[in-house]
Amino acid sequence: MQTFYLALALFLLLTLGAGMWRVLRGPTAADRMLAAQLFGTTAVAVLLLLAQASGNAALRDVALVFALLAAVTAVAFVQRAWPKQKQEQEQPQETERDVD
Amino acid sequence: METVMVAWMFDSLLGLGLLWLAWQSLACSDLFKAIVLFIAFGLLMALAWVRLEAPDVALAEAAIGAGLTGALLMVALAQLQSIETNGDAAVATVKKGHCIRPLQWLLLIALSLMATGLGYVIISFPAHVPGLSTAVATHLEASGVSNPVTAVLLNFRGYDTLLELVVLLLALLGVWSLGGTVPQQTTTPAPLVLEALTRLLVPMLILTAAYLLWVGAHAPGGAFQAGSVLAAAGVLLLLIGRHPRAALMALPLRLILVLGPATFVAMAVVTMLIEGALLKFPPEHAGKLILLLETTAMLSIGATLAALFLGGRRHTDKEHS
Amino acid sequence: MTLIDYLTVVLLLAGAIFFFAGTVGLLRFPDVYTRLHALTKADNVGLGLMVVALAIQAESWAAVGKLLLIWLLVMLAGASVAHLVARGALRRGIRPWKQ
Repeated sequence: MQTFYLALALFLLLTLGAGMWRVLRGPTAADRMLAAQLFGTTAVAVLLLLAQASGNAALRDVALVFALLAAVTAVAFVQRAWPKQKQEQEQPQETERDVD
Repeated sequence: METVMVAWMFDSLLGLGLLWLAWQSLACSDLFKAIVLFIAFGLLMALAWVRLEAPDVALAEAAIGAGLTGALLMVALAQLQSIETNGDAAVATVKKGHCIRPLQWLLLIALSLMATGLGYVIISFPAHVPGLSTAVATHLEASGVSNPVTAVLLNFRGYDTLLELVVLLLALLGVWSLGGTVPQQTTTPAPLVLEALTRLLVPMLILTAAYLLWVGAHAPGGAFQAGSVLAAAGVLLLLIGRHPRAALMALPLRLILVLGPATFVAMAVVTMLIEGALLKFPPEHAGKLILLLETTAMLSIGATLAALFLGGRRHTDKEHS
Repeated sequence: MTLIDYLTVVLLLAGAIFFFAGTVGLLRFPDVYTRLHALTKADNVGLGLMVVALAIQAESWAAVGKLLLIWLLVMLAGASVAHLVARGALRRGIRPWKQ
């Protein structure tokens, strides 16, 4: 049973990694933010699985804190960091130009 | 056997993911993308602490790394954008500034040396080092709490925590000293759904903070975790435009900010006079004293972290409005 | 393995499928509005199924309550954020996708 929980947690971590493509790709800031929000939900599930696998009930508190704070970054994005005007529908000019 | 295999795969994926995210969020030129990558980094970091069997740190990382820092960076980015659109050339050029090549190589070499050194130390360690855990375990009875982490942070090495509180206060003073350079952010009126969400979340956050503070005595939790969850409640209120009244921002805020460190210092002086040693609690009162210290520390930490979101000093408000 | 264990396995696998679907949606859907479905629907159902699966294994009623609370909080955040993002995107003139 423990192996099964861990294997599922590994699977969820893999889906999280796949979702990272959306963060890199965009195209809009909202897409990146949505992906981060999705990672939050996935991380909650991973934590609950790890809590069951390890029998450490304290991990559920970590999941609880995640669930509570999931909205805070998203609210900061919607209220402040999202540029007011468009100019983000297409943004090919700011690709990995000056990585160094 | 399979369990070990799967756990090993999980841990390797987590470690590689962390390295990749750290690299990407540093190297990427789009600041917003970098912030989102940093949030993802915080999420994975919390999972890594869980795998390292340090749920206390995982709690703090979940609240500060994945939650508050992400929001703080977003607000900072918004300020930066508003400065750039206001045509402040001096600030805008800072972003364009590049490092000099030789310096980068020097940095790369120095960091590689450090990484090799750290790697060597970790590999040369014996697999199981008891460290000080047996010493903590034998004296846990006298500490007043049953969570060894809290016992170390608040009792055995209380002065560390005292200094950490002072560092946090210094960080806020640093931000305050920058005040006046940044124009006050105009917040759009919050949508109704956001208003409703805040009304549900803020009481839950306060309740969770109290729970984490209380549970810290015998399980993972404590003042820093509770304080950052409390700060999240304040940050949410600030983000939807519920600024506290100016009268509260002056003296009452400052009093709350220094309440934690001041209680700590007072306790240190009293214990030095009575017990003859810095922060040496009499075992029969230790539990209550730790709870008192943690409660005041939680309030100060919460207020400090939330005050960071306000940015510069308040007197700029009067000039702009 | 008892009957409860089998039930847990089935529910967890079902939850994992929803999480997978959510990620596929995030990667494959054409615009912000459609990708919101991945966030609000798929993952919340996935988490719900996993919460039920773990709740029937839980050691106490308090643990069950905490699991349900976590799920409710995630749904609350997901639904609210989806609304806020969709509203913001419309106001910023991002056009919904049409064939």
